[in-house]
Amino acid sequence: MNARTEFATAVIREEGYNFAYLDERTKRMIRRAILKAIAIPGYQVPFGSREMPLPYGWGTGGIQVTAAIIGAGDTLKVIDQGADDTVNAVNIRRFFQRTTGVATTERTTEATLIQTRHRIPETPLAEGQVIVYQVPIPEPLAHLEPREAETKMMHGLAEYGLMHVKLYEDIARHGHIADTYDYPVMIDGRFLMSPSPIPKFDNPKMHRNPALQLFGAGREKRIYAVPPYTTVESLAFEDHPFEVQKWEHACALCGSRESFLDEVITDDKGGRMFICSDTDYCGQRRDGAAP
Amino acid sequence: MTLLDQPILEVEGVTKRYGDRIAIDDIRFDLWPGEVLAVVGESGSGKTTLLNCVSARLKPDAGRVHFRTRHEGVVDIYDLSEASRRLLARTDWGYVHQNPADGLRMDVSAGANVGERLMALGERHYGRIRREALSWMTRVEMQEDRIDDSPATFSGGMRQRLQIARNLVTQPRLVFMDEPTSGLDVSVQARLLDLLRTLTRQLHLASIIVTHDLAVARLLAHRMIVMKGGRIVEEGLTDQVLDDPQHPYTQLLVSSVLQP
Amino acid sequence: MNEPALRIRDLAKTFTLHNQGGAELPVLRAVNLDVAPGECVALDGPSGMGKSTLLKCIHANYRATAGSLIVRDGDTATDLTTATPRELIALRRDTVGYVSQFLRAIPRVPALDIVAEPLLDGVDATPEVLADARREAEALLLRLRIPVRLWSVAPATFSGGEQQRVNIAKGLIRKRPLLLLDEPTASLDADNRVTVMAMINEAREAGAAIVGIFHDQRVRETVATRVIDMREFI
Repeated sequence: MNARTEFATAVIREEGYNFAYLDERTKRMIRRAILKAIAIPGYQVPFGSREMPLPYGWGTGGIQVTAAIIGAGDTLKVIDQGADDTVNAVNIRRFFQRTTGVATTERTTEATLIQTRHRIPETPLAEGQVIVYQVPIPEPLAHLEPREAETKMMHGLAEYGLMHVKLYEDIARHGHIADTYDYPVMIDGRFLMSPSPIPKFDNPKMHRNPALQLFGAGREKRIYAVPPYTTVESLAFEDHPFEVQKWEHACALCGSRESFLDEVITDDKGGRMFICSDTDYCGQRRDGAAP
Repeated sequence: MTLLDQPILEVEGVTKRYGDRIAIDDIRFDLWPGEVLAVVGESGSGKTTLLNCVSARLKPDAGRVHFRTRHEGVVDIYDLSEASRRLLARTDWGYVHQNPADGLRMDVSAGANVGERLMALGERHYGRIRREALSWMTRVEMQEDRIDDSPATFSGGMRQRLQIARNLVTQPRLVFMDEPTSGLDVSVQARLLDLLRTLTRQLHLASIIVTHDLAVARLLAHRMIVMKGGRIVEEGLTDQVLDDPQHPYTQLLVSSVLQP
Repeated sequence: MNEPALRIRDLAKTFTLHNQGGAELPVLRAVNLDVAPGECVALDGPSGMGKSTLLKCIHANYRATAGSLIVRDGDTATDLTTATPRELIALRRDTVGYVSQFLRAIPRVPALDIVAEPLLDGVDATPEVLADARREAEALLLRLRIPVRLWSVAPATFSGGEQQRVNIAKGLIRKRPLLLLDEPTASLDADNRVTVMAMINEAREAGAAIVGIFHDQRVRETVATRVIDMREFI
């Protein structure tokens, strides 16, 4: 057991809160929304989002989804930008430790439930795992069509030409599709979906993933889902196909050339290094344990 | 019998009320392929309501609007599903708004505005979309090097021409126009009118043009409908109605302008 | 072949001026006239007798108050007073040509295209068709002495005589069985008048039935095969 998990398991469940903070009725309501979302992959299901003890934009949607499905036997992993030890991840993990007492982990393979902000772990997910994404803006067309009644109609009728207008505009202005995160995807050939602000590097991981993927937007009061093994296609043009980011560097810590790298400034003289954004993946490689 | 021998649009007894007020009453007319019909009348005579009712933008309280589709025969546009109606509206139909900002996306480039309908129909090749956009910009007399500029940087006349290109890119057979030239100054109007005249002829477009400008009607339209108080008071060949008006209102209208 | 191209029976035209107390202006009372192919009928009489009104009724520009106007093209006879707008458009395109006194110029459309347009009406304008139509238009403009430098210019700025010659070329380029001419030579110089008279005679000899108003007596004598005094119809 390393130092990081020691720190994590130091918290025990506090009395005085319902299990996972939300009352049972709310959890049932959210579960119904989740079931509907799973039944209609990519469709945004409205739900009665509750006030949570942290501000909108900090993952209130993801937390409510997690709270609705977490059980005492679950092992929870929480990441923020791939890291388990950033403020948002630490706080949410502590929140669930205190309100549920469940085991937590930083290891992707050990987790049954992963809540994430802006990344999908590098280690492939497996059947039986659930990943919960925190979503700020669930509507992929929101920036293109301000009328919500109209975007609903467009989803209803699968009229998604407008999304390609945006991609066209990118190529016309920048020579390539400029979206590098929150890159729009088609789910099961039917619904256009925002994958949340994950880098487009992670988009291919969503495609036919064995894990259940759930998305919660607290402020916008929407839940949507990608069930296991569902087709997830990143939009593109025939002559401008979808491409993920590539780096000239390998990770300065573990040497990986396959993972998503963060650029880190090391001093104020312009020194910099590239390291894995997924801290668990990087750590496992350095320990010689995995990939 | 070819398609050209049958009306493309048949309007029967279309009536629309706003509360107790009748906006249009028992409107009926046929429109044939390649025919341009002008609807004239003073403000409040029901011209725009008529245009909205026959273009599936406003459901009338009574009456039918039959459209002859390319492949599926005659349909009642208000019996169609919302999906088919919207598909029709962005393929076989065009709608040119008086204010181009209502018909354009002002925050994306000219090329994207022209290409949108193609993308909506499933075109997924950037190069082809761009070529098509360039070709249509040329046809509406816009400089090719403006393709990546936002319509917000365009003059009123250019915006209106862009709106027309955006509508025509799917080769519609029926185009609705609501006062297409009235927001423009006179010199720009003439150019746009000539462009519309050329395009409707070249493309054999059927068109309904709502206008209060009799000169526009004279130049563009084969036929004219004169509306007053929500009713058609006179109709006929454009030059018949303008040169030999029969109804008191039409006579007043014609005598009120200088050399229509 | 003896069937008239135009048969007018009891044609009346009264203008009702609703905005002037409903005043009635009877202009034509009972016009009866047959015009055979190969005939050129000149309408004569003092102004105000309804010569232009009659021509406009035959062109369906004015709507007859009573009577019938039957136009024959081959085996098809159409009564203009009951024809639908669509039939009238087809008739004007294929059967009844009209040369008005004044050219109604269209902004920005060059003279050559204005003249060629009747040949392109209702046909698929392939590049070959377009080229043929332009060639014919060029020949007519040449014959009518319109300077080549003006062909690509919109005629709005042309002199009265030039505009009228463009109008004549436009009216005669398509061979139609019935031709209506309203003072076609009024503002032409002597040379052009001779040319236009020759063109009218050629059209008639080719089998067109012609009804026209020719104030110039020499023109009337040269082109008309019959003169009708409008006072007959009062």
